[in-house]
Amino acid sequence: MSPRPATRPAKVDRSQLPAPEPTRPFPFPAIEKSTLANGMRVWTVHHAQVPLVSFSLLVRRGAASDPPGQDGLAAVTADMLDEGSGSRSAIEMHEALARLGAQFDTDIGSDATVASVTVLSRFAQRALALLSDVVARPAIRDEDFTRVRQLRLHRLTQLRDMPGAVADRAFLKLIYGAHPYGHSPIGNETTLAAMHVDDVRAFHARAIRPSAATLIAVGDCDHAEIAGLAAESFGDWTGTSDGDAATAASLPQAARLNVVPRPRAPQSELRIGQVAVGRDTPDYHALVVANTILGGQFVSRINLNLREDKGLTYGARTAFEFRRMPGPFVLQVSVQTSGTATAIDESIGEIAGIRGSRPVTADELALGIAALTRGYARSFETGEQIGRAALQLALYDLPDDYFEQFVPRIERVTSDDVSRVMARHLDPARLTTLIVGDFDTIGSDLSGLGFGEPVVLPPESF
Amino acid sequence: MRIPFTKHTLANGLDVLLHEDHACPIVAVNLWYHVGSKNERPGKTGFAHLFEHLMFEGSQHHDRGYFQPLQGAGATLNGSTNADRTNYWEVVPAGALELALWMESDRMGYLLPALTEAKFANQRDVVLNERRQNYENRPYGLAPMALLAALFPDDHPYHWTTIGEIADLKAVQLDEVHAFFRRYYHPGNASIALAGDIDADEALTMVDRYFGEIECGDPVEPVRADATLPRDVRIQFEDRVELPRLYVAWLTPAMFAEGDAELDLATDLLANGKTSRLYRRLVFDERIATDVSASQNSREMAGYAQLTATAAPGHTLGEIERVVFEEIARLAAEGPTDDEIERGRVQAEAQFMFRLQTVGGFGGKSDQLNAYNVFLDDPSYFPRDLERYQVVSKSSLREVAARYLDPSRRVTLSIVPHGRGALAAADSELAVVS
Repeated sequence: MSPRPATRPAKVDRSQLPAPEPTRPFPFPAIEKSTLANGMRVWTVHHAQVPLVSFSLLVRRGAASDPPGQDGLAAVTADMLDEGSGSRSAIEMHEALARLGAQFDTDIGSDATVASVTVLSRFAQRALALLSDVVARPAIRDEDFTRVRQLRLHRLTQLRDMPGAVADRAFLKLIYGAHPYGHSPIGNETTLAAMHVDDVRAFHARAIRPSAATLIAVGDCDHAEIAGLAAESFGDWTGTSDGDAATAASLPQAARLNVVPRPRAPQSELRIGQVAVGRDTPDYHALVVANTILGGQFVSRINLNLREDKGLTYGARTAFEFRRMPGPFVLQVSVQTSGTATAIDESIGEIAGIRGSRPVTADELALGIAALTRGYARSFETGEQIGRAALQLALYDLPDDYFEQFVPRIERVTSDDVSRVMARHLDPARLTTLIVGDFDTIGSDLSGLGFGEPVVLPPESF
Repeated sequence: MRIPFTKHTLANGLDVLLHEDHACPIVAVNLWYHVGSKNERPGKTGFAHLFEHLMFEGSQHHDRGYFQPLQGAGATLNGSTNADRTNYWEVVPAGALELALWMESDRMGYLLPALTEAKFANQRDVVLNERRQNYENRPYGLAPMALLAALFPDDHPYHWTTIGEIADLKAVQLDEVHAFFRRYYHPGNASIALAGDIDADEALTMVDRYFGEIECGDPVEPVRADATLPRDVRIQFEDRVELPRLYVAWLTPAMFAEGDAELDLATDLLANGKTSRLYRRLVFDERIATDVSASQNSREMAGYAQLTATAAPGHTLGEIERVVFEEIARLAAEGPTDDEIERGRVQAEAQFMFRLQTVGGFGGKSDQLNAYNVFLDDPSYFPRDLERYQVVSKSSLREVAARYLDPSRRVTLSIVPHGRGALAAADSELAVVS
């Protein structure tokens, strides 16, 4: 290889890091809005970097709308949407999507059902017509329902092998009990076995309705054109969704320490958290900053402690799941079995610390705020990203200037705000800890935590 | 469809690729080192990936965590290692490009003075935990180890997985890590791509300022190895799973080689999505499987196609295997339909268009420019890559399927629940995996 030329200038000065220049101005996506006669909202964002269009059809009904004893109904209904329409079979529906090269997906959460499709812009009209068949006119045939339900039961069987999935399901049940957020969308073996195709038809008829729906189109498209096409495709879809998910009565108080035994597991899957706060909280921005510092980024307190200091895990993170009703705060981490008790003790210590005994420093605060604000434009690069952002506005009734206000609001958060909101919404004495791990090996270490005898959960209890 | 770029090679051998896209005020910095687990040797596996971890632990002039200054500047960043290459990337606000170049160049030029025994021991523990989380404590998680070990001979560099063997990771010494760095992590074995809100001339000057002073190492000779699979290698092991799963794998052409695109499309039409032939038969009609998928995994020296199907309760892997090979035989005899070819063509067009949406991250435009540059020495390859899929015909796909998805030369792996060996495909020998 060629040696360095003799003319090469002196080495660059590496005595300090170059300071970033101020953030360049960025026009946030402008959403054009109209409403069809049937009540469905149509939102579009022009974003023509590449000739693609992304459609998302949001219906503000999800797994929290499952009727009592019918856990999993909303998810089965979402799963049945693309199983054919009119005379078109399930396979023919997917062949039609494939002929457009479409990327198609349905997604179910606690508060919403979303069907989305991204296509080359020359196929926008055909994609929208298919999307309307999927959402507004699904066939919901008995034979398809039987097959789909069976696959979901098989999926439940497989989830029992996966320590992370076991932990997620058991943890929701522990902290929410019978609350609409207390079950994962897939439901359980008992409720799925008892379900009937008429239940799906009835749920579609009363929940998947245009009054709760917003169509979001982002890409190489024009509002008037999309609104016109939507009126053609969705115009005969009618009806009003019944009431929103009922707000829950009382929440259970779970034991502080719970174990799902997984003999000989090399790691313990941990969940530590509690029911916290809804998306409409005035503390939203302060909580976002607080979580970033606590466990929301690589350089968070908990990840640096458990991974970079102790080497106990591949990674640890925390999140507030902001929903329409109070959502969970959860720390999730998978740690080597021998480090289970240490990881729990350290994690709870970090949560307690950020509430006030170890308030965030000026440097931590500056880093957390900068991480959230300086890279904010990056969230609006692709049509699908912009669609997801708009979807948040539609789902949580956020104002049109939400994106413009995000950065200034985050920048106003102080260290005192962080301590105050964490003290208000998290309570170390109420934190519930769940371990999916090798109880025989770790059991004796757990007594040192001072949480009393752990409650052992049999797998069939959640 | 293309990714416009300019290419320059610095005096020390570093390739620099520049792509302007001013839609969003961000810049992707994407750096490839042409080193992966194929550059390791038996008994010394897991080096390249362990190295990826050590690259985030600080360098001589910034002997602290790599993430902190970049996250503080609003960046997102990551890295990954596979058999053939290691990539590192940052997506930064446009005004933080210089910071990212400072950081990347410092760890290319000045990593070793900061690489201590303590950091090394810590990240080895983290990697052992990554292995526990993603392989050992995951159902079917050891399948890649068993498949690769059976597909490629013991001394072939694709015989082992990128995460490495536990015993090797525990035995590795710091001086071996230093030697590995000196050999592979230098400008002559690297390629950097910048994509986004940049002025190409200014960006090139900046790259030269930070990377130009780093000395080129010795040239890295390409790794060469051959593999042939003379028979149907049938293996099985028991795992903590509820449902048995069948894996079938074949040796196939390398990345971008003749037949590679056909195998991508053949595996799609056989087993991916609800329109695929095997989904219809196994899951939709006969309901003997809960899922099926397949892929052509193309690598630099060779490829392998892999098909995976999980049995529905009450069904055996033998039933699934029979249907799989009926459908493969039908494809090899009759070829695809006109409709399947047409769908494959439009899906390829859409998939390539999707790839033009992001400047950075895994699979973004900067990552693609580096892939084409490192593997083909041709960053302009994007439209010809698409063309490979557009020219696939019924006959070429049929011929490739018949040639490579050969029932008599394959690995057939059964993973079954503990104590349920009878559910495995017939005549399978016990595989030893760890």
